[in-house]
Amino acid sequence: MSENILSVEDLTVSFDGFRAVDSLNFYVEKDELRCVIGPNGAGKTTLLDMICGKTRPTGGSIRFKRFDLTDMLEYQITRVGVGRKFQNPSVYEDLTVFENLEISYPKRRGLMGSLFFKRDADLLAKIDEVSERIFLHEVLRHKAGQLSHGQKQWLEIGMLLMQDPELLLLDEPVAGMSAKEREQTASLLNAISKGRSIVVIEHDMAFVRMIAHKVTVLHQGRMLAEGTMDQVQADERVKDVYLGH
Amino acid sequence: MAAAIAPVSRGFLQRYAIVILAVVLLAVLPLSLDIFRLGLAAKYLSLAFCAVGIVLIWGYGGILSLGQGVFFGLGSYMMAMFLKLESTGADTSAQALSSFFGSNLPDFMVWNSVEQLPWWWEPFHHVWFTIPAILILPPVVAFVLSYLNFRRRIGDVYFSIITLAFSAILAIVIIGQQGVTGGVNGITDFRTFMGINLDPDNVKIAMYYITCVLLLVCVLIGTFILRSRLGKVLVAIRDREDRVRFSGYDPALFKAFIFAVAALFSSIGGAMFTLQVGLASPSLVGITPSIEMVIYAAVGGRLSLVGAVYGAMLVGAAKTFFSENFVEFWLYLIGGLFIVIVMFLPHGLAGLLDKLPGAKRHRLAALPGPEPDAAGQAAGERPAARLAGEVGGGK
Ligand SMILES: Nc1ncnc2c1ncn2[C@@H]1O[C@H](COP(=O)(O)OP(=O)(O)OP(=O)(O)O)[C@@H](O)[C@H]1O
Ligand SMILES: [Mg+2]
Repeated sequence: MSENILSVEDLTVSFDGFRAVDSLNFYVEKDELRCVIGPNGAGKTTLLDMICGKTRPTGGSIRFKRFDLTDMLEYQITRVGVGRKFQNPSVYEDLTVFENLEISYPKRRGLMGSLFFKRDADLLAKIDEVSERIFLHEVLRHKAGQLSHGQKQWLEIGMLLMQDPELLLLDEPVAGMSAKEREQTASLLNAISKGRSIVVIEHDMAFVRMIAHKVTVLHQGRMLAEGTMDQVQADERVKDVYLGH
Repeated sequence: MAAAIAPVSRGFLQRYAIVILAVVLLAVLPLSLDIFRLGLAAKYLSLAFCAVGIVLIWGYGGILSLGQGVFFGLGSYMMAMFLKLESTGADTSAQALSSFFGSNLPDFMVWNSVEQLPWWWEPFHHVWFTIPAILILPPVVAFVLSYLNFRRRIGDVYFSIITLAFSAILAIVIIGQQGVTGGVNGITDFRTFMGINLDPDNVKIAMYYITCVLLLVCVLIGTFILRSRLGKVLVAIRDREDRVRFSGYDPALFKAFIFAVAALFSSIGGAMFTLQVGLASPSLVGITPSIEMVIYAAVGGRLSLVGAVYGAMLVGAAKTFFSENFVEFWLYLIGGLFIVIVMFLPHGLAGLLDKLPGAKRHRLAALPGPEPDAAGQAAGERPAARLAGEVGGGK
């Protein structure tokens, strides 16, 4: 049993009295690839938002390695090694694919550091490697705004890979992708999960099956079930709220 | 005029644009204008410093500042205080006045029965204080005030309104405190700068050249910033500030920095304005001049540093022409011009050039980035692989 890299305990957030996440405990181990599923509005995105600092929890704690994330700012959380991909692909459309990756390179992100930043061999090698991985090597010079929806998803994953985070939070990474692209993404995620932990939110069960070791089911801000895909699918409560329908 | 398209195209065209601007400013204008017109050009060019700064903060940073007059005013007034104290000290009639009153005060203070030079005027006796103050004070004020605002993540529109309020407040304070600021008349009637008489034509021409060189330096600094990684982050912030935080940057810091750079440019422009026009006036601090500065940038093209200089000169010249001939129409005209530009020419003159047949097409808002040249791509190579090989070879 390896140690937890992420420990979310008793996490609660309420929006005007509505508890989107309710006393949730959630643990992710080192090097684990976890899938989180659940019906619309279950609180999946909100959970990730709180881990990466976008939303402030009303109560509870979030520990990542030795850091208490609850009182850190977004960019600080990013710097200690948490990467986030958003539900709607969020890339810098006015910059090229190359520049999108370059900007995500985790060195010299201060003011003077970025003003006098010089490209070095390490950076170029890394962009080379990452762009290859995310199937965008041929379009490095294109504006990100010109990419297809699926390519933007890949680019955003690539931006995270540039950051080299120890924990990746991916919100619906295959939405808008063709069947073939989904397969490519599944093998991509399997490849990059070596040596880091990944949390994937996904609705596509076929895709979850391709990648998941362990699945967490959320419902109304609470954890409904946790286990292997087969265990979860056999669970009556899960069938009730989600899978059976 | 092909110059103005530079910041939206790449490589040598970029450098070419600045060179053309340099030729226009340093050769064409001095050779073709008489000393009076050259003086007018110097005036517009002093305002162009603000427009260049506005391209940085508005075009690339996405922050519309309606308060650049504040920083222009700070530079202008600090220079005016120095010049006034120097002139007062050197002036025989002022000395007679001062021996009469037992103090060595600028004329307007005497008229307003101010009996002692305010403490904050004292350091402006010294050039070694005045010039660093012009270069340091406005950017520091800009950085601190804007950082506090940006940190609190106030919306862009609110920030614009805050800057607008600042320019209104500064103008009101200056007008209200007539005894120590010269009030609505401003501070004027200077004779010398460090012993150099400001009146002769050759001094005026020299000042013109100094202004041009400083302005070109500002354009080059702006270009350097936009081409750096910081410039990329700035565009990213403009388009998706929320996302930038998750790339590990603190957007407030970057926005405050670029705002401070623009304040520095404006302050230098203000100081050069006062040196050449011989005046520091609240009419160049308040809301109207601040908005006019934005119009210069919009006319030139808000993504074009070089275009901003042309924008300032063109609008300035038009303003002089119209206020000499049809004063009352000027405000309507400039308002109408702004609407037309925003609606039909969002990229200003720089964008217009791009529509010419044969002009190199660019993708909107392209950056003058440190693009590896397109040659490798044209040859069908894989750019990154090529680059890695290139740089790696040097190890
Ligand atoms: N900022 C907010 N203010 C108010 N309510 C919110 C806010 N953010 C989320 N909610 C609500 O919290 C609930 C959970 O939303 P969340 O986006 O986390 O669901 P989800 O599980 O990601 O759903 P989906 O599968 O549709 O993406 C929803 O009912 C949503 O309306
Ligand atoms: Mg969601």
